[in-house]
Amino acid sequence: MSINKVIQVEDLTKMFGDFTAVNSITFDVEKGEIFGFLGANGAGKTTAMKMLIGILSPTAGEATVAGFDVFTNAEDIKKNIGYMSQKFALYDDLTVKENITFFGGIYGLSKSKIKEKSNTLIEDLGLEKVANQLVGALPLGWKQKISFSVALLHDPKIVFLDEPTGGVDPITRRQFWEMIYKAANHGTTVFVTTHYMDEAEYCDRVSIMVNGKIEALDTPKKLKEQFNAATMNDVFLKLARG
Amino acid sequence: MSISIVNISKSYKNVKALQNISFDVKEGELFGLIGPDGAGKTTLFRILTTLLIANEGTATVAGYNVISDYKNIRNSVGYMPGRFSLYQDLTVEENLNFFATIFGTTIEENYDLIKDIYVQIEPFKNRRAGKLSGGMKQKLALSCALIHKPKVLFLDEPTTGVDPVSRKEFWEMLKRLQQKGITILVSTPYMDEAELCDRIALIQDGEILEIDTPKAIVKHYPKSIYNVRANNMYLLINSLNDYKHNHSVYPFGEFVHYTDNRTDFNPKELLVYLESKDLANIEIEETVATIEDTFMELAK
Repeated sequence: MSINKVIQVEDLTKMFGDFTAVNSITFDVEKGEIFGFLGANGAGKTTAMKMLIGILSPTAGEATVAGFDVFTNAEDIKKNIGYMSQKFALYDDLTVKENITFFGGIYGLSKSKIKEKSNTLIEDLGLEKVANQLVGALPLGWKQKISFSVALLHDPKIVFLDEPTGGVDPITRRQFWEMIYKAANHGTTVFVTTHYMDEAEYCDRVSIMVNGKIEALDTPKKLKEQFNAATMNDVFLKLARG
Repeated sequence: MSISIVNISKSYKNVKALQNISFDVKEGELFGLIGPDGAGKTTLFRILTTLLIANEGTATVAGYNVISDYKNIRNSVGYMPGRFSLYQDLTVEENLNFFATIFGTTIEENYDLIKDIYVQIEPFKNRRAGKLSGGMKQKLALSCALIHKPKVLFLDEPTTGVDPVSRKEFWEMLKRLQQKGITILVSTPYMDEAELCDRIALIQDGEILEIDTPKAIVKHYPKSIYNVRANNMYLLINSLNDYKHNHSVYPFGEFVHYTDNRTDFNPKELLVYLESKDLANIEIEETVATIEDTFMELAK
């Protein structure tokens, strides 16, 4: 694996019976890159992502994530990545602190490390007042910010974010992206899916999946030139209608 | 008035979900309730569809009071909740038949109204609802909400988590329904959808921030707003956040939307400042505010 390629995917394919959900996709993601993974509902994004995070075994092709093979080292992948989605983020019936301790423990951090990380996280997000409150009582935007920080607790090389900002208010949505920029600036690779096309513009590079294939992959600027479109929304509408 | 809401408040324990909300929706209007998760949109929908009783205030829907005439309302409105609420173990056709029957009608009687939408899922009419894709579930739910030809249609976040192509198609469907004389109250967290409504209410933390046409709302934006771009987005955002004269700094796609707290703001000064932060290829250009800018300014 080249040092700077944190994700390498070649002809990765997943079939469910006769149905090809992911059809021979090929791409690389570099260290510190913010990589936008776009596509219509049902295009195969979730299936592709499940293979990359080591919870679904591919049918064919090759892929390494954080240096580990998705076929043979799926368990190592899980230890070396962070993951958050809108559907699964934190435990609502645990407090903020308890969630941090729980996830720190899952990722094998020492007690002192968890304590240190926990304090930094609570301070960085200004959560001192709610640290001992149940997560379920917090606004969605807060939960998502905490969830992202928790996904970074064990300093993973890559963090996978599956629609992290859906339904979040516009100000918090932007604060969330500032956190993404900060993480990327520290060298963490960010792999993100979104339905907000303005967020696609924030990515270093964007891929667009249509019916299981990657139909476009480039910087937002070049994609707009290539499709003669003013915005990423127009690019998406031109491509994804299939 | 198709919907009339007067001083409605609702609390759950310590949470004030809605605080003194009042507005009207005219007959045949496509009215948008725009706000993030937790703003109180669903609570308002549940009060208007008679599933929840407000602590204070009154409301009428299709001329009926939400308390005393609740049964008439239930016969006159269609409601598509945010969470998929059809019977997962019934097929597409069985679900539609079921809803037609409980409203004392048949699929044939109002087929005209749902035809455009239903033909898209008809090839799967023998599939169980639980096995449909997200987009197909949404179309089935809309068909079921329309099958008794309601006067008023309530759609609670019908496009959340839906990709931009399907969102566009969904709004095209709504426009066609509006032309058939149905009043539509729709909620969404996507600010770009606000522009497709006749009028909108911006809502956050249980309070209405503003109600008007989308065009009028953006005109009320109080400041000059600038598109700023440079070679390094992260450094640009940090530099603008550190700039002592900033009023607001919000990333907007490939630009940052910047407003200044001085009345005599000169963009050249900002340019000099950004150059001193080692940024290059800097562009600063005045632009027009969007609904999202307005929302953020009001919510600040």
